[in-house]
Amino acid sequence: MQKPYIGSNNLYDQSFEHDNCGIGFTANIDGTRSHKIVSDGIRMLVNLEHRGAVGGDNSTGDGAGLLMEIPDKFFRSQLTSKFTLPQEGKYATGMIFFPENNSFIKKCKSIIHQIVEKEEAEVLGWRSVPTDKRCLQGLALRTEPVVKQIFIGRNKIDESSFARKLYVIRRQIEKEVDEWRREDDIFYIASLSEKIIVYKGLLTGTQLPQFYTDLQNDDFQSAFAIIHQRFSTNTLPTWHRAQPMRYIAHNGEFNTLQGNINRMKAREATLSSGKFGDNVEKIKPVIDISGSDSAIFDNVLEFYLNGGRRIPHVMMMMVPEAYSPEIQMSADKRAFYEFHSAIMEPWDGPAALVFSDGRYIGATLDRNGLRPIRYTLTKEGQVVLASETGVLDIDADKIQKKGRIKGGKMFLVDLKQQRIVPDNEIKAKISRRYPYRQWVERMRIKLRGLFSPSTMPKMDSKELLRKQLCFGYTDEEVKHLILPMVKTGQEAIGSMGNDTAIPIMSQKTKNLFNYFKQQFAQVTNPPIDPLREELVMSLESFVGREYDSIGENPQNYRGLKLHHPVLSFDDLERLKHPDHPDLKSAELDILFQPEQENLETRLETIFAEAKRQIKINDVSLLILTDRNLNKNQVPIPVILAASGLNHYLIAEGLRTRAAIIVETGEVREVMHFALLLGYGTDAICPYLAFQTVRKLYNSDYLSRANTPGDAMDSYITAVKKGLLKTFSRMGISTVHGFFGTQIFEAVGLNEKVVDKYFTGTPSRIGGMGLKEIARESRLMHKKAFPGHGNLPGLLEAGGEYRIRKDGEKHFWNAKTIYKLQYSVRQNDYKEFKDFSHQINAMQQDAGLIRGLIDFKERESVSIEEVEAVDSIVTRFATAAMSMGSISKEAHETIAIAMNRLGGKSNSGEGGEDPARFQDLPNGDSKCSAIKQVASGRFGVTTEYLRNAREIQIKMAQGAKPGEGGQLPGHKVSEEIARIRHTTPGVTLISPPPHHDIYSIEDLAQLIYDLKSVSDNQRVSVKLVSEAGVGTVAAGVAKAKADMVLISGQDGGTGASPLTAIKHAGLPWELGLAEAQQTLVQNCLRDQIRVQVDGQLRTGRDLAIATLLGAEEYGFGTSVLVTLGCVLMRKCHKNTCPVGIATQDPNLRKNFKGKPEYVERFLRFLAQDFRETMAQLGFRTVDEMVGHVDALDFKKAINHWKAENVNLAKLLNADHLKNDAPLCSADDTTEIKPADLELELVEPVQQAINKNKKVKIVRNIRNVHRTVGSYISGKIVDSKGLKGLPEDSVKLQLHGSAGQSVGAFLASGISMEIEGDANDYLGKGMSGGRIILKAPEEIRSNTQTDIICGNVALYGATQGEVFINGSAGERFAVRNSGATAVVEGVGDHGCEYMTGGTVIVLGETGKNFAAGMTGGIAYVYDPAERFDTNCNLDMVILESVWKQEDKDILKKLITKHNQYTNSYQAEKILKNWDANHPLFVKVVPIDYKKVLERMEMKEGREKETVSATEEVYFD
Amino acid sequence: MTKEYNFTRIQKKEPTKRKVNDRVQDFQEIEKALPEQILQQQASRCMDCGVAFCHSFGCPLANRIPDINTLVYRGKWREALEMLHATNNFPEFTGKLCPALCEASCTLELDYTSVAIKQIENKIVEKGWQEGWIKPQQPDIQLSQKIAIIGSGPTGLTAAQELARTGFQVTVFEKSAQLGGLLRYGIPDFKMDKKILGRRLQQLYDEGIRFETRVEIGRDISVRYLLRSFDAVLFAVGTPKSKRLDLPGNSLKGITSAHQYLTQQNKLNSGEISKIKEELNARNKDVVIIGGGDTGSDCMGTALRQGAASVTMLEILPKPPQKRSSNDPWPLYPHIFRKSSSMEEGGEILWSTLTTEFIGEKNNIKAVKTKQVQWSDGNFETIPGSEKQLAAGLVIQSLGFELDTDKGLYSHHGMLISDDGNLRSHNSRIFTAGDCATGPSLIVNTINEGRQAAQKIIKKLL
Repeated sequence: MQKPYIGSNNLYDQSFEHDNCGIGFTANIDGTRSHKIVSDGIRMLVNLEHRGAVGGDNSTGDGAGLLMEIPDKFFRSQLTSKFTLPQEGKYATGMIFFPENNSFIKKCKSIIHQIVEKEEAEVLGWRSVPTDKRCLQGLALRTEPVVKQIFIGRNKIDESSFARKLYVIRRQIEKEVDEWRREDDIFYIASLSEKIIVYKGLLTGTQLPQFYTDLQNDDFQSAFAIIHQRFSTNTLPTWHRAQPMRYIAHNGEFNTLQGNINRMKAREATLSSGKFGDNVEKIKPVIDISGSDSAIFDNVLEFYLNGGRRIPHVMMMMVPEAYSPEIQMSADKRAFYEFHSAIMEPWDGPAALVFSDGRYIGATLDRNGLRPIRYTLTKEGQVVLASETGVLDIDADKIQKKGRIKGGKMFLVDLKQQRIVPDNEIKAKISRRYPYRQWVERMRIKLRGLFSPSTMPKMDSKELLRKQLCFGYTDEEVKHLILPMVKTGQEAIGSMGNDTAIPIMSQKTKNLFNYFKQQFAQVTNPPIDPLREELVMSLESFVGREYDSIGENPQNYRGLKLHHPVLSFDDLERLKHPDHPDLKSAELDILFQPEQENLETRLETIFAEAKRQIKINDVSLLILTDRNLNKNQVPIPVILAASGLNHYLIAEGLRTRAAIIVETGEVREVMHFALLLGYGTDAICPYLAFQTVRKLYNSDYLSRANTPGDAMDSYITAVKKGLLKTFSRMGISTVHGFFGTQIFEAVGLNEKVVDKYFTGTPSRIGGMGLKEIARESRLMHKKAFPGHGNLPGLLEAGGEYRIRKDGEKHFWNAKTIYKLQYSVRQNDYKEFKDFSHQINAMQQDAGLIRGLIDFKERESVSIEEVEAVDSIVTRFATAAMSMGSISKEAHETIAIAMNRLGGKSNSGEGGEDPARFQDLPNGDSKCSAIKQVASGRFGVTTEYLRNAREIQIKMAQGAKPGEGGQLPGHKVSEEIARIRHTTPGVTLISPPPHHDIYSIEDLAQLIYDLKSVSDNQRVSVKLVSEAGVGTVAAGVAKAKADMVLISGQDGGTGASPLTAIKHAGLPWELGLAEAQQTLVQNCLRDQIRVQVDGQLRTGRDLAIATLLGAEEYGFGTSVLVTLGCVLMRKCHKNTCPVGIATQDPNLRKNFKGKPEYVERFLRFLAQDFRETMAQLGFRTVDEMVGHVDALDFKKAINHWKAENVNLAKLLNADHLKNDAPLCSADDTTEIKPADLELELVEPVQQAINKNKKVKIVRNIRNVHRTVGSYISGKIVDSKGLKGLPEDSVKLQLHGSAGQSVGAFLASGISMEIEGDANDYLGKGMSGGRIILKAPEEIRSNTQTDIICGNVALYGATQGEVFINGSAGERFAVRNSGATAVVEGVGDHGCEYMTGGTVIVLGETGKNFAAGMTGGIAYVYDPAERFDTNCNLDMVILESVWKQEDKDILKKLITKHNQYTNSYQAEKILKNWDANHPLFVKVVPIDYKKVLERMEMKEGREKETVSATEEVYFD
Repeated sequence: MTKEYNFTRIQKKEPTKRKVNDRVQDFQEIEKALPEQILQQQASRCMDCGVAFCHSFGCPLANRIPDINTLVYRGKWREALEMLHATNNFPEFTGKLCPALCEASCTLELDYTSVAIKQIENKIVEKGWQEGWIKPQQPDIQLSQKIAIIGSGPTGLTAAQELARTGFQVTVFEKSAQLGGLLRYGIPDFKMDKKILGRRLQQLYDEGIRFETRVEIGRDISVRYLLRSFDAVLFAVGTPKSKRLDLPGNSLKGITSAHQYLTQQNKLNSGEISKIKEELNARNKDVVIIGGGDTGSDCMGTALRQGAASVTMLEILPKPPQKRSSNDPWPLYPHIFRKSSSMEEGGEILWSTLTTEFIGEKNNIKAVKTKQVQWSDGNFETIPGSEKQLAAGLVIQSLGFELDTDKGLYSHHGMLISDDGNLRSHNSRIFTAGDCATGPSLIVNTINEGRQAAQKIIKKLL
């Protein structure tokens, strides 16, 4: 077997790793210790094993562990012969991993003894922890550590400071050992505490007690056990990365991590006070940056915990709940959060955390509540809390309560008080520990009064033009980026992909901003929907000085609060002359004189001056300005100056003493603002953008704005919205969390620049140094001060988004488009070769990364020997373009062509007309081979999935990763609505995340679901290239996908903000190479196929892609071009004149494409590819895949900017050395449905074949996942979507159902579950009935008990659901046809719903009906408070007065009562006349209009939808 | 996009023309501009394509057509003028004379009809003159270097303006009495009124360009002198020589060249001469024009205005198709039959007709002998028995132009005539541009040539 191998100088970086997991704890509330708790913990781990993963060697778990009380009794029984333990609490135990190296261990021990003694504690002795390696294999066995326990006596140390002392001791030991330890020598202190101990390792839950035999001992007792089962995206997990950490176990991801680390580093300098005294220096650095995000969180938590705060307090500080004004909460609590936001930025991300300090055991969720936590209380006083319900079998009669934790809430057990402390109580107590509210009010500084209009100083128009030229403004930016922002208050929208050179290869001068790419959330963490889930978003921040945050005092609240980071002229003026003793400002020019000084020394001077101002003048506001530029003084790129200063001040320990504010002419786009904030700038005044807005106003471009100030405010609004969108793309919800996160990758900057000024940013192909940056700035400056002639009267045209001469070169230009179209129409290969040469020449000249790649000289073979065109074209796929984004004609033409070729066309995310599943009389087929499953789940029915040759999960899209989409109502024709199972004319919204994929183990679950329903059809996952995509790809492989698609940034779109098209995502070369390197290194490559897409146009492109690791290829734009697309880039307008990207019946008539054109193109391409293969001596694609050693890197010629680009990492071939497979022959990996499911097959066949009604009774547990899907697939296969007659198959299940129960359920099945269910119940339900009822024993409190997990009925199209208890968050999200009755729902109920009926007989959480555009909900609201929980942006509330409404309601509630014996239903029905007026009917505004219109039989007329955004395309 | 869907709702409007009966009576311009509002509406049809074929493929000057259309649609004529001038020094010349490659490559040509780009541009610049927006522009900084430009055709004038605006001291030398080259002497007034040329020349004067007319290089002053007195010299002397057929009877009186013929009429119209030579006057004569190009059409219109008894044009190529063929696809400038204004006025055109002999009487032209030809694969064969004889009182040979290679001038100072008949220079201070450097071309190309030559000179001197 091959060994995983980590090379260096390649694209893989350990910091990209992610992990997501199953977590939980169990505890006896009264603190009784028992071995049962320990064994229950282990059982929970075993039952969560499906949330973990195993690696490429198929045996090593990613990690599991337990955090428990110190088993005092056990130790006393074990240590009798060695030494005597003092009384419990007077000693501490450490759990330490050593390498198998005696001299190493000896050396460590002596260091440990020294330090312990120095700190006046006493080493009592050591114990070798017995381990049994027989259960280990592979990586775990090879890296197995020696585990020892140390016992330390408290001696004379005060009881209350013992824990702190142990912390100080541990940090010193770690630091000292780290100084001489080699990197691969493991030395790790898993825990060192007088209260708790951690047993963990590179194990699965089953292996844990086998390995640590201690855990099997009955004396090993604890009152609680925290558990953690890890799923890591990569397969190089290590022993010490297993969790729990020392205080927490974490499921999720911290998106803001880099910012948190930087801020913490900056803060360290001021941390000096409080309980640590002098010891604080022994602790620093607080963070061990080699740890995972969870470990780093644990470090900081530990610091504040030992600094004097209690664990719930620290959790509230680090993971605050949302407290925006829309959210009801006490003034004290709000003040607490506001106060602490000045001390600590949120650790943002989808996070479920369980924690303990030995006294408190708790769990909390981040504000979004994207991770599930469920709990059960028993009558005997045991808590069982975990990512899933049903992890322990508990008899129904023992259950006291079942519940879940909501977003931002805390669940806390206090072992001392022997009770559960409710969220409200604990938070209220902590909020009143100090008079935070008074402190906040006293210390707050107001920047500007309410409603004062913005003013703007005048700027002479020549001066304006000159400055615009100096900062590289173009006409296009003014008219197509800034103008739409001012006019609409939002970012400009565009379509199609980016087909220009990457900035480092461009011949044009660029602002330094352009050399950065935004990263975004995919798979391991979800992006957010900033529009529909606005209440978690915030742009508020504080500027000024930070004080020591260990102690608690009013000064911690710095008080100058900004509502958003964009400063108007007035704001800036006030900051320049602040009238407050705490605020003092200094202006620093960020200009340099190229004739006299070099950029580097100038930057040093600026930084030194900043330091002087802080130290000597006590300045707290540093204002960097380029306003004073002139003939001799060239502005320094503002991002360089600001980020450089940020890192300089961090290094100097001064960062928290002053804010960095910039006044700059360079900033104009949202991306610019985002970059500055992301690199630590506190606030920005874009003076030149404002003046440009004024000019637009003066030149009469703006009709609606009343004053220039209004126009400016409108621009600011657009920036704010754009920023929120940027944060949410990365899964971050507040600007506070975003500061300094550096979630960007540099493409084209050299290591020196990045290390010094953008420390920590990935930059993998080298590029410009300071010299080149200075040169570029000078070139732009020269345009403003040409030294002869006149200043040009106009700005340069631009040409980024629309071709302009002298602008950026586009690969799709008049000549190439014409050539390609001509070649396929005339069937002329020679013309195609011309096209191919033109494109290849452009790449080499100035264009793409692959332009710098060359083939090595190799022995060629004759072309006859090379794999045939017919065979190669089967590896081709077309890009996902939904019918809706493109016309029916275009969509079907592509499908026919691909089916003729034996390649694969892609349905896109909008479903597919079932009529297309049948072959045409002439033998052609319009059935798309690939059926896409995207976040909107439109048209995803069981039938749709059964008719796929491949099911593709779209995680992101090249042109707009991390974003959702919107198909405006006027594009939703009758036909599209039918296919998507929605109503014509109703706007359709796709959420940014898949609501059933917030992490990698969720993806594994969805893959499992899809494979279950489709009977092991090939499943692929579409990712977009970014730094770290390789690790995600490894995770995807481990999640058992069959193919991973790496999409380049340059893929097309039907509509997307221009920022996303240009600035998010990376070229595929980087992503593909990284994915290949990571997969091969981890021995996973043979388990998954790799496809690549993103503006592939020639045989050379394919050859390079193949050698970098792809074996399949996707084409989008090029295929459209062959069909007549001329890159109008008007897809989002519905006005495509060639009938492709439009639904307008008149324009569709213009479509002239033919399947033959697509066929010819792909055949030409295959032939072109073959020629290169022959030249390189490869006979088959398979033998060619991954042979990166056949590629060479050539230097850019005549290209001053790109001269220092270096592709060594990209072309690194070290991973070829370990002989691991480079490609995959296997098309599909099979999964086996649960035994329970297999038992159902036989009876279901009976029902199908013999029309017999069958009834099956079984027990069910949480490990039985996706029950009902496999048989549903079978039913639809033989009977179609209409399925079997009602109740043909009756399933009676008892217990806790696993995830996705009833997913894609077919008509004819009715499931009755007595017990409870986990997440995703009824996902994609396409018929049938699910009845979920609480066990009879607890039925009385059904309304408050949670018996159904999160995200039920996601994308359901038909069927009925009855639940006589409450459900979790996002009930019926994107439901488009199912009917449901439930007795309570969590937050975001009926989100994005487009059809169906939902009745809630109890309470709802916040944000009900956000983005709901169709369907109807009825909510029982006797308290009349529902309106405060409902998001009223798109719906209206009515009472139930129409007879038909009353009838429906009554009918369904009656049914509910019959099926579930619901007390609540019974109560309501008993007094129907009094109760029905207490129902609120929730109707989407659009939907209501459409319904009314349909009623009135009006013709459908065009509707303008003001809600923004985009049409998807893919 | 200016106005969504307008391209489907509004049809392209062609300019109106004066009635044939009226217009053949005089030499006034034929075309009448459409009103402003109509043109704004026409501009609204522009789709502001992502790949603007008009701008990036059609127009040699790369006029920013979609941007200009957008401005016009919004009524921002003055900004549109500024943008038009940014790429085209003399939009009024192209606005009258350009065959509008841009319109041929307009995306709307695929399924609709193109935007009326040329008319819009012409309106912009006319409005500019009318409103007084077009003013001389002085450079901020005056430079000391001097530049000589030889030839005052569109290339020379363009280069002169660009260089003067950069701050150089520019002198233009012209061998004729008046400035403008072919613009003045070649283009008939009914296509472009000479006032249009005049007002632009005034602007050039006011921008500080010096003009020296009636100065011929090689005769009046030497190249050596130019090199001594100027930092750079630009030859933009055009292709003033007409090509002629080498046929029996070639030297008969009454056989002339288009160049000579059109120049005479232009000189007469402007009063530079009071009378044209009788042998060049078409009045009451049967006129035969050899060559069916645009210049031939100009001759036809001129002859009709002179009162010719008949005008027949002979073209060796066959009649082009009415529509594009599959191997002549959009966005190429289509090779199709276009009816010129002169053809509307009564001339006749004979296709696939080879001229074989000139027949004279008393040394005067009397008739022209022709044969029909058959084309296949780019080669022709004469059709036996297809000989014809056409009566002719005046024969105008309109077969194209070439460089005047007779002058030994071009073999000194690093200048030479290359194999393709174009003027080149190896002297780093002598530049060549325009028709003399590329062969005869469209006015839009010559303006482009002038701009590029100016850039080369700026790069050389700064």
